[in-house]
Amino acid sequence: MKKLMLGNAAVAQGAFEAGVNLVSSYPGTPSTEITENIVKYPEIFVEWAPNEKVAAEVAIGASIAGGRAMSCCKHVGLNVMADPVFTVSYIGANGGLVFAVADDPGMHSSQNEQDSRHYAKASKTMMLEPSDSMECKEFTKQAFALSEQFDIPVFVRLTTRVSHSQSLVEICERENVPVKDYVKDVSKNVMMPANAIKRHVYVEERHQKLVTYAENCNLNTVEDNGSKIGVICAGIDYQYAKEALLDKVNYLKLAMVYPLPEKLIKDFASKCDKVYVIEELDPFIEEHCKALGVNVIGKEAFTMLGEYTPEMIAKAVLNEDGKERVELSAPIPARPPVLCPGCPHRATFYVLKKLGLTVSGDIGCYTLGAIAPLDSVDTTICMGASVSAAHGMAKVRGEQFNKKLVSVIGDSTFIHSGITGLIDIVYNKGANTVIILDNSITGMTGHQDNPTTGKTIRGELTKQVNLITLCKSVGVDRVVVCDPFDVKQFEKVVREETNADEPSVIIAQRPCALLKSVKYEGKCVITDKCRKCKLCMKLGCPAISVDKDGVVKIDASQCNGCGLCIGVCPFSAIEKE
Amino acid sequence: MSTKNIMIVGVGGQGTLLASRILGNCVIKEGYDVKVSEVHGMSQRGGSVVTYLKYGDKVYSPIVGKGEADIILAFEELEALRAMPYLKKGGKIIVNTQQINPMPVIVGKADYPTNILSTLSIAGDVVALDALSLAKQSGNMKAVNVVLIGVLAKSSGIAYEKWIDTIKTTVPEKFLEVNLKAFDAGYNI
Ligand SMILES: Cc1ncc(C[n+]2csc(CCOP(=O)(O)OP(=O)(O)O)c2C)c(N)n1
Repeated sequence: MKKLMLGNAAVAQGAFEAGVNLVSSYPGTPSTEITENIVKYPEIFVEWAPNEKVAAEVAIGASIAGGRAMSCCKHVGLNVMADPVFTVSYIGANGGLVFAVADDPGMHSSQNEQDSRHYAKASKTMMLEPSDSMECKEFTKQAFALSEQFDIPVFVRLTTRVSHSQSLVEICERENVPVKDYVKDVSKNVMMPANAIKRHVYVEERHQKLVTYAENCNLNTVEDNGSKIGVICAGIDYQYAKEALLDKVNYLKLAMVYPLPEKLIKDFASKCDKVYVIEELDPFIEEHCKALGVNVIGKEAFTMLGEYTPEMIAKAVLNEDGKERVELSAPIPARPPVLCPGCPHRATFYVLKKLGLTVSGDIGCYTLGAIAPLDSVDTTICMGASVSAAHGMAKVRGEQFNKKLVSVIGDSTFIHSGITGLIDIVYNKGANTVIILDNSITGMTGHQDNPTTGKTIRGELTKQVNLITLCKSVGVDRVVVCDPFDVKQFEKVVREETNADEPSVIIAQRPCALLKSVKYEGKCVITDKCRKCKLCMKLGCPAISVDKDGVVKIDASQCNGCGLCIGVCPFSAIEKE
Repeated sequence: MSTKNIMIVGVGGQGTLLASRILGNCVIKEGYDVKVSEVHGMSQRGGSVVTYLKYGDKVYSPIVGKGEADIILAFEELEALRAMPYLKKGGKIIVNTQQINPMPVIVGKADYPTNILSTLSIAGDVVALDALSLAKQSGNMKAVNVVLIGVLAKSSGIAYEKWIDTIKTTVPEKFLEVNLKAFDAGYNI
């Protein structure tokens, strides 16, 4: 049976067919739907872990214990899980161990454009890269088999266009793979120097075997069209190249992007006059070819930035121009993402901006608090950094600065890696104010449950982390819960807490407006009491705008009736319809 | 058959994803190779969203390049304009005449362009309709996506019944009635 499937759903299907026993992940675009799709299979234990490091370690434990296990994350998640990954390369795999990692060329939803392939090389592991949904499924299955065959963790690398494109997939049955025996093996599983020194020898020997495998395996394929031009590529770039160049060139399609073959590349190149390496992001394959002495054209012809297109490739390789088109004659307004109508974060940023505070920001929907007219966020680095970076800021700039400084961090992000920063503040005598934006869900990545929501990924009820007692237990004595939609009270609380000479946490509590349980009655309308002061415009609500005659209007198709504007209007000119 | 390229553009939250899924599920029934490139993540928070759908004997790239779209299905006028350079010569652009102000317009840093429909008509064949009103008449403002699919279906060459079957298998049961009404509203304009 053939089914139209998202690349991410196909990775889940591949893991299912490979008989995977456990999947532990932390969400992150564009990888999230892999784990969400695992939920469809009742045979598999699946969970959202608090962060990627924990998720990877859970999968490693499952593998050591004999099960097939997978952990999925976005590219920056791999930075968080890097510590166990580098060492499990030495330990290897008992049950098949797969890490699915999704890069985001073009940064559709990311804070950087890093290239994960470097991790496979740095950790001396193995990496496969599919180019469509069918390959997502097949390569994931292969990854489990290879992991056991070579006693190694295997990466499946995806990019946004593979993860988030649907194409046809042939569905198969689940393989019956019994959980392997667990045998205590200290020399393999206890990585202290004496054992690790020996395992490093093994890792280097294994690497040589993998290179030999890369030369001969049927994963890497040559497509000889009798051309004098050769193209080496992998993943989505293969699809772009095929569309642009059809059978006008020869292809070496690398399914295994690490380790890379040597002889295969040399032989392929020797039959061509010109060889291009087409790869988004870094010159990873290109540098390998050049080190082998194979003269390829790579980043001289292609950019390191963003996504590629077939048009770019046709231009660079065949000097063909793009299709005829009507271009825009003048620039048009951009449409950046915004906080949704009814978003609880809007109220928080409205107050922070009003108070003129420096805002150490973090990653989540609330990063959008950086955009006009709210523009209150000063910094965004990585998950958790709002708390720890603010501690650093306060220590160099002193007490007065700290009284005008807050950290903002979402509930999921706080559990992911904000709590450690808070412990640092308490331990090292800081007096920061941390605002936890508790909207009862992991919003940005599309509504995943997390330890503070009281539900598992399967929607089962579970123990809920209590943010108040958590913060108190690490030594924060001042913990205040406040609804940011009570704007006056919230402002008062922020003033008080930033003025305190000790660490404090404000839990800004109101659920995400997109949650099914959140229902606001009616729509807001502007009455003739409006004096055009435009204070409501400071909220940056997408439903409120001013027309050409200066009249303030609320677009009923956008308004969700949250009523925040009603509370902000000084003339009581906004009412519910 | 040479590949047909369809581009669906709109504002995050307008339901473009469901539109592309109905379309994708319908064309596979015709036995074509299909690729659909979706947008998940940040842009869904009220930003510009673009979905590509391609079908034919063999489809490689999931994205549609400039000058390549046979049909653009636009959920909003400014987004239709933004997509204009992607239209193939002689292509068709189906546009919902709704206008949603983006933040730069709301904060007064830019003006919402005027005369969009006439600009679009330089690039191709324009079919403009007020899909929001049709959706409301069908019983739910959110059914704009299915109204627009109805318009596209009319000239798709794929039988009416196949579209209806696809909607029945793609849309959740409790919204089915509204969506079937919405589809007909678009199909019969
Ligand atoms: C290391 C890492 N993992 C995952 C992500 C993807 N990601 C971005 S924001 C976010 C969670 C946001 O949830 P929350 O903190 O609850 O804030 P909300 O979006 O609900 O406001 C995630 C998982 C990331 N950017 N970095």
